[in-house]
Amino acid sequence: MQQRERRLGLLYAAPLSLFLLLTFLAPILLVAGFSTMPEKVFSLTQMPDFSAYRTVLEQGYWKSVAWSLFMALLATLILLVICWPLAYGMAKVFKRFTLVLTIGVVMTLFVSENIRLFGWVLTLMKGGLIEGYWRYWTGQGFDAPLYNGPIIVFGLVYVYLPFMLFPLAQGISMVPDDARQAAYDLGASRWQILKEIDLPLAMPGIMVGSLLTFVLAAGAMAESKLLGGRAIITIADEVQTAFTYGQNWPLGSALAMVLIAIIGTVAIWAISKADLDAMMGRKS
Amino acid sequence: MKTSRLSTALLIAYGIAILGFLYLPLVSVGLASISKARYLSFPIRKYAFGWYEDALTSDTVRDLLVISLKVAGVVTVASMVIGFFGALAFARYNWRFRKTYQKLILLPIFFPQTVLGLALLMWFNALGVVPSWKTAIIAHLVWIAPIATLVVSIRAFSFDAALEEAARDMGANQWQTLREVTIPLLMPGVTSAGLFAFLLSWGNFPLSLFSTGADSTLPEWLFAKMVSGYSPLVPTVGMLTVATSAVLVFGGLILAWAIRRLRPES
Repeated sequence: MQQRERRLGLLYAAPLSLFLLLTFLAPILLVAGFSTMPEKVFSLTQMPDFSAYRTVLEQGYWKSVAWSLFMALLATLILLVICWPLAYGMAKVFKRFTLVLTIGVVMTLFVSENIRLFGWVLTLMKGGLIEGYWRYWTGQGFDAPLYNGPIIVFGLVYVYLPFMLFPLAQGISMVPDDARQAAYDLGASRWQILKEIDLPLAMPGIMVGSLLTFVLAAGAMAESKLLGGRAIITIADEVQTAFTYGQNWPLGSALAMVLIAIIGTVAIWAISKADLDAMMGRKS
Repeated sequence: MKTSRLSTALLIAYGIAILGFLYLPLVSVGLASISKARYLSFPIRKYAFGWYEDALTSDTVRDLLVISLKVAGVVTVASMVIGFFGALAFARYNWRFRKTYQKLILLPIFFPQTVLGLALLMWFNALGVVPSWKTAIIAHLVWIAPIATLVVSIRAFSFDAALEEAARDMGANQWQTLREVTIPLLMPGVTSAGLFAFLLSWGNFPLSLFSTGADSTLPEWLFAKMVSGYSPLVPTVGMLTVATSAVLVFGGLILAWAIRRLRPES
């Protein structure tokens, strides 16, 4: 029986594993190879000289990296605060409304990010939904809060909200009601219950949500392009520019490797800690 | 320590506010799509459905639709097959590298999609493959097949191993067990995975951007139009793609509900 399971497991894992080997690992190795090539070559036949990495350091690309990470961190922290009460409600308070919220939030994930961000442009632009009606009713207009740094963080918060909300709700649902009740009976204040009971016990959910949001936001680009008017250029945008307008594959590859290294470290660290069997409720 | 009625009411109001926040941009797109004026400005003075007529009769939109459907269709079928077997290895069978496998297949989901698209473009170039809608299918699958596997896994985790063993004890061979026991039991998960796969492929932009070559999907066309100035067709076509997704999601939900109603014992 065990012999059979071992064989079947390996056999059934093969299609996905082989597919990802050829379409995920191989392209990344190719990018890694290109990142060591001299500038502006389109083949791997030259002597590696790592000059692209020097360009990354000397040409101030680290600023884009720092900005992307900073904005991702900011968006993650804002989302923690925004999502906490709602996640608490979904896990502990709401009954049918949890289902409505879940379907409502998941639905937005199936709408192209472009369309939703474009919708914000229509909402916030001068003569847009908000400013247009405001001027119509009050007679006074105001400047559109678009094309700057803060609106990019706003866009990140908007797009990645579901990735914080659901893990957080999952985490809070694992806090036993008895523990909260006991703390309350012993005279703990609301704040103490949050600090001593809820936060530590919901930590797995908090970690998963934060890391997921951070990793996705760090590699984002559309928010800066559509809402921010590229007021801040993100690292993913630099990668794309180097490949397309710059026609400099080694530079683009080196920038991509920097991003891959940062995101990969965070993601692998997080994934290695997670017990997926327990999280997804495996029997036996 | 029951939550007071006031707190419950406040939390529900907060939830509704968040839903409003999530859908506000779509309201703007929806209103823009039925504004008669060529240059949009709120408040809208005249409403008209003329842009929908233009969009539905446009050859460009029809070509885009065909390509988007072809890509999403193949991605759906492939994800269901890969996800079915992937999930059995993920959740059901105990084998040596299961834990490692579980973790490695998650990595593509976290990977920045634009960079993945570019890496695949270089890879196709190195292999001498000319990018077209067919290569976009591969690009979408790198991201969607692992997600489909996870969706089927949720079902596979609650799988009763004794059922497969019973079938084997009664003399069913490998193929019969798979066909008569495993596939029917996992079918709800596989169907949801297919729905997810279609919707995610249908709406995807960053992976399509570099992998479609000369072909173009609907989200790509929308993005190109968005950055090159306002066109009244953008909100209209945008709304049409959103409506397609909404119909599919609600269709799926109603189907799931109906099946549960018709078969109360399962």
